[in-house]
Amino acid sequence: MNRIEKTFNKLKAGKKKALIIYIMAGDPNLDTTERLVLELESAGADLIELGVPFSDPLADGPVLQRSAERALKHKASLTAILALVARLRERTDVPLILMTYENPVHKYGERRFVEDAVKAGVDGVIVPDLPMEEAGPLHNHCKRHGLDLIFLAAPTSPAARLKKIADISRGFIYYVSITGITGAQLRDLTDVRTHVAMLKNYTDKPVVVGFGISAPDQARRIAEIADGVIVGSAVVKIIEEQAGSPSGTAKVIELVQALKDAIR
Amino acid sequence: MPETLMPALIDLEKAYLSAKKDRKFQTELQYYLKEFVGRPTPLTYAERLTAHLGGAKIYLKREDLCHTGAHKINNTIGQALLTRRMKKPRVIAETGAGQHGVATATAAALFGFDCVVYMGTEDMERQSLNVFRMRLLGAEVRPVDNGSRTLKDAINEAMRDWTTNVRTTHYILGSVLGAHPFPMMIRDFQSVIGREAKQQILKLEKRLPDYLVACVGGGSNSIGLFHPFLADKRVRMIGVEAGGHGIETDRHAARFADGSVGVLHGTKTWLLQDADGQIRSTHSISAGLDYPAVGPEHSYLHDQKRVAYTSSTDDDALAAFDLLSRTEGIVPALESAHAIAEVVKLAPTLKKSQVIIVNLSGRGDKDVQQVAKVKGVKL
Repeated sequence: MNRIEKTFNKLKAGKKKALIIYIMAGDPNLDTTERLVLELESAGADLIELGVPFSDPLADGPVLQRSAERALKHKASLTAILALVARLRERTDVPLILMTYENPVHKYGERRFVEDAVKAGVDGVIVPDLPMEEAGPLHNHCKRHGLDLIFLAAPTSPAARLKKIADISRGFIYYVSITGITGAQLRDLTDVRTHVAMLKNYTDKPVVVGFGISAPDQARRIAEIADGVIVGSAVVKIIEEQAGSPSGTAKVIELVQALKDAIR
Repeated sequence: MPETLMPALIDLEKAYLSAKKDRKFQTELQYYLKEFVGRPTPLTYAERLTAHLGGAKIYLKREDLCHTGAHKINNTIGQALLTRRMKKPRVIAETGAGQHGVATATAAALFGFDCVVYMGTEDMERQSLNVFRMRLLGAEVRPVDNGSRTLKDAINEAMRDWTTNVRTTHYILGSVLGAHPFPMMIRDFQSVIGREAKQQILKLEKRLPDYLVACVGGGSNSIGLFHPFLADKRVRMIGVEAGGHGIETDRHAARFADGSVGVLHGTKTWLLQDADGQIRSTHSISAGLDYPAVGPEHSYLHDQKRVAYTSSTDDDALAAFDLLSRTEGIVPALESAHAIAEVVKLAPTLKKSQVIIVNLSGRGDKDVQQVAKVKGVKL
C-alpha cells in the first residue's frame, strides 16, 4: 500500500476529509520549499502537491504563472525537484505529488522520470495538459513502477469520459471544480455536487476537488461533497506577498490551519 | 490539452468532418472565398526578379492580394462558417504579426460574432497599425504582458480564455498548430493556395514546378502551398524558418536547425527548448515567424525528408524586402520576405528552364513602419 492510499484509508476510518496543499517548488527558492513542506504537514496538510514550474503553464491563472516564473529564475528544474523530494523523504512520510506539464517530463524521458521519481520518494503525478488519450506510455511506466498517475475530470467531461477517467486514475480522481484556470473563483456548487456524485458512482477511489477554492468556508462546503479539497493559488498568493518579509511563512501556516479546522 | 478542452476538441472534429462532406458548406465557403476574399489569387511571373537573379523562372503566388492582405483569411472564413454551424456566438484568436487577428476580426464582423484577439505587448508595439485595424473592425484586442510577450504567450492566453468560455466560444487558431483537429482543418482551408497554384502553373508552363518555397512560422501558408503537391515526387519543397540574428546566436526561431521534439500547445512537434524542457524565447524581425514550435505536419515532412527546411536571417529578409519592392513593385510582408531571400540564393543555382513558385503569403504594408525604424528613417 503506498502513502496516498494509506493516508486516504486512515482519513476514511476517522471519517475525515483530506486537505491537499499545492505549492510551487522553488518559489521563492528550493530551501524555503523544503522547510515549508514540513511546516505544511505540521499545520495539517494531509497530502502535498509540488508544482514543477513550466514556462508556458496554459492551465494556470496569473498567480501560478508568476510563481513559476520566480521558480524558474531559481533553476527549479525537474532534476533539482526530485533531489528535493529525496531530501524530504529522510524527514517525512507525507504523500508528495508532483504536478507538472508534459514537456519537462517528455524532455527528461518518461521512463527515466518515473524511475527517478519513485526512487526519490514521489507518490503520485498529475499532468494537467496530458489527456487520457495521450497518456498511454506514461501510464504504463507508472503502473509498472507503482507511481500513481492522477487524472483530472472537468465540468465539461461527459459521463462516458468521467467513467473512463475514474477507471484509469490512480490514487484519487482530481475533479476540476470550474470551467476555467487555476485561481479563478468558484461560485456555484450545484455542478460540483452532480459531477462528484457521478464519479463516486463509477469508482470507490477517493474523489477530490480543486481549482477556485481559496477560503475556509468554501473548503468546508466542498468537504461535505468530496473526499478532499485542494488549495493552491490562495497559498501561493500569500507566499508571493510574504516573500522577503520577516514573518516568513507564518501567514501561509495560518491559512492552512484555518482550512484544516474548516474541514474537520 | 487540459481535460476541460478535450470534449470541445472532439466536438470540433465531428463538426468539421461533417462540414467537410457537406456540399452546402463547401459551396458557401467557395462563395465567400470568391466574392469576399477575392480568390483565385494570381500566379504572377516575376520577370525582372528572374532576370536580376539570372537563373530559374520565378512565379509569385499572390496571397498578398487576398482581402486583408494575407493568406490568413482563407482559414478564418472557413472556421467562421464552422462557428456558425456549431451555433457559438463568440470567437477568440491569438495573433503575432496581427494578420490573423485582422482576418479573424474581419470574419467576425462579416458573420456578426463577438471577437476577442490576444496579442503580446511586444507585438502590439511593432504592429500598432494592425491593432488599430482590429479595433476598427469591432474586435477587442487584449494585451498579453507575460512570458516573452509574443505569439506563444498570446496562444497561452487564448487557451486560458477558451478553457473558461468553451461552451460559448470557438477558438479560431491561426496556424497549423495546437491539438487535433486544428492542424488538419487549417491545412485543408489553406490548401486552396496549392490547388490554385497547380492549375495555374500547368496552364502557364504546361508542367509542374521544380521548386516550391514558402516561409514557416507555425506553417500554414507553406503547408497550404505544399500539400496539393506532396504526391508529385519531382516537385521539391523548401520551408524557410526565421534565422533572426543567426542560428549560432540563440536569437532566432529556427526549430529544425536548433530544436528537438517536445510538446507545446497540445501538439508533439519540433520546438526550441532548453535541457529542462522549458520553452526558449525566440527572435525574428517578423512577428509572424517568432514562435518556438512548428506545425506537427511540418515535423512529419521534415522527418520523412519530403520537405527541406532552411532559414533566412533578419538581414537576408530585409534585403529581399527591398529587392522585391524595387524589381517587381511589390512590397512583401517581412514573413514572406524570408521566402524571397531563399529564392535569391536558390534561383541563380538553377537552369533558366527550371521553375520556382514562391508563396507571397502577405503584403508588407503592415511592416513599413518597422522597416523604417530599423533603417533609422523618421516618418
